[in-house]
Amino acid sequence: MTTEDQEHMNHEPAEGSIVVCPDGPLLVRGDFEILTPTGEPVPRQRRTVALCRCGASAIKPYCDGTHKLIKFRTEPADAGRPET
Amino acid sequence: MHIPEQRGPISAALLAILAGQPVDTPDLHALVTSQLAEAQDVIEDDDLQLALFCLYELHYSGLDGVDDSWEWHPGMIAVRRLLEKPFEQGLRTAAKAAVPDIPQVPGAVPISDGVATVLFNLAASDTGPSMSKYVAKRATLSQLKEFLIQKSIYQLKEADPHTWAIPRLAGRAKAALVEIQADEYGGGRADRMHSALFARTMRALGLDDRYGAYVNTVPALALASVNMMSLFGLNRRLRGAIAGHLAIYEMTSSRPNQLYGNGFRRHNFDAAATAYFDEHVEADAVHEQIAGRDLAGGLVEADPDLLPDVLFGATAALALDTLLTHHVVDAWENGRSSLRTKLPAAA
Repeated sequence: MTTEDQEHMNHEPAEGSIVVCPDGPLLVRGDFEILTPTGEPVPRQRRTVALCRCGASAIKPYCDGTHKLIKFRTEPADAGRPET
Repeated sequence: MHIPEQRGPISAALLAILAGQPVDTPDLHALVTSQLAEAQDVIEDDDLQLALFCLYELHYSGLDGVDDSWEWHPGMIAVRRLLEKPFEQGLRTAAKAAVPDIPQVPGAVPISDGVATVLFNLAASDTGPSMSKYVAKRATLSQLKEFLIQKSIYQLKEADPHTWAIPRLAGRAKAALVEIQADEYGGGRADRMHSALFARTMRALGLDDRYGAYVNTVPALALASVNMMSLFGLNRRLRGAIAGHLAIYEMTSSRPNQLYGNGFRRHNFDAAATAYFDEHVEADAVHEQIAGRDLAGGLVEADPDLLPDVLFGATAALALDTLLTHHVVDAWENGRSSLRTKLPAAA
């Protein structure tokens, strides 16, 4: 295997991906399942889901947008994103 | 849909012409030109908004009994453009009045994140009267019906106007829009299409769920809200505006839909009736992230010149939503109906 091939392999996208949304949820897309601690599937209606990261959602494990109401922040206030 | 009742000289002439075979229509063009010269407030002009709505409808599911070849008839396209010009100008004025100072996109982050931040902040700064709080706490059963009727003009074809944008986008923005739209259309399950869920809610309240059944009963503003999406969606030059519109629409949806659902639960409607609202709480918390960062942000990342149009689409959507909310809540608080005509007896 050449170095180039290896680099290519390293850049193959994973089957599932998680987007870490600033001040918001974890956006999960691709091939994955969501399970309870005992292995039961959590009811799921869509391919791509947003998982609650602020703890305040009323529909956990999914996000319901409440992070906006409680002004949940994932970065320190002075991290370059002005609060306009 | 059924051909609606005319609301003035333009819509009367247009509907009479559409009932016949496609022919050249110089008289209609002249009539519209002279009527427009006298129009005061284009956004709230019943005659103009209904005419535009019918012209756009030729591109969606059509009008009963109207020859489909009218859709691309040059005379009809010319009249549509005549009407669109002052409408777009009116939207620009209303958007500017609603949000006079749009914050700059922050420079220190990827531009797509910056666009999303500005849009989220715009959505959060919306401080007008709240339809969702009224519905949650106070709306009577007949007001719940009115609320559904006002929304039905769009919700029974939910997502369609934004779909026009798909072939006009590329790369990240296109993938984002397709991902959102696939979810809007039920992820392959016809009964999960958002328009189908909305129809189910209408039926639960004894309303007619056929597309366009209530066009005659809604005010010009309700038609203008849908016409705005068609204007943005059908004109490639406004692809930034349709992206901005969808982003702000998703960003102002999760919490209100939670409250709408509460209003229907307060009247003892079951989970089948509130499924539309419950679905939107979860779906739009996903969509707002994709629409803000990947659709609107991705579009600006690829073409920075489109930023002003993205913001125009977003602020115009906020402006019309505020106007319609004012109209409806003012009527309800004063014991009036928000509709322009009485409901047909069946409702």
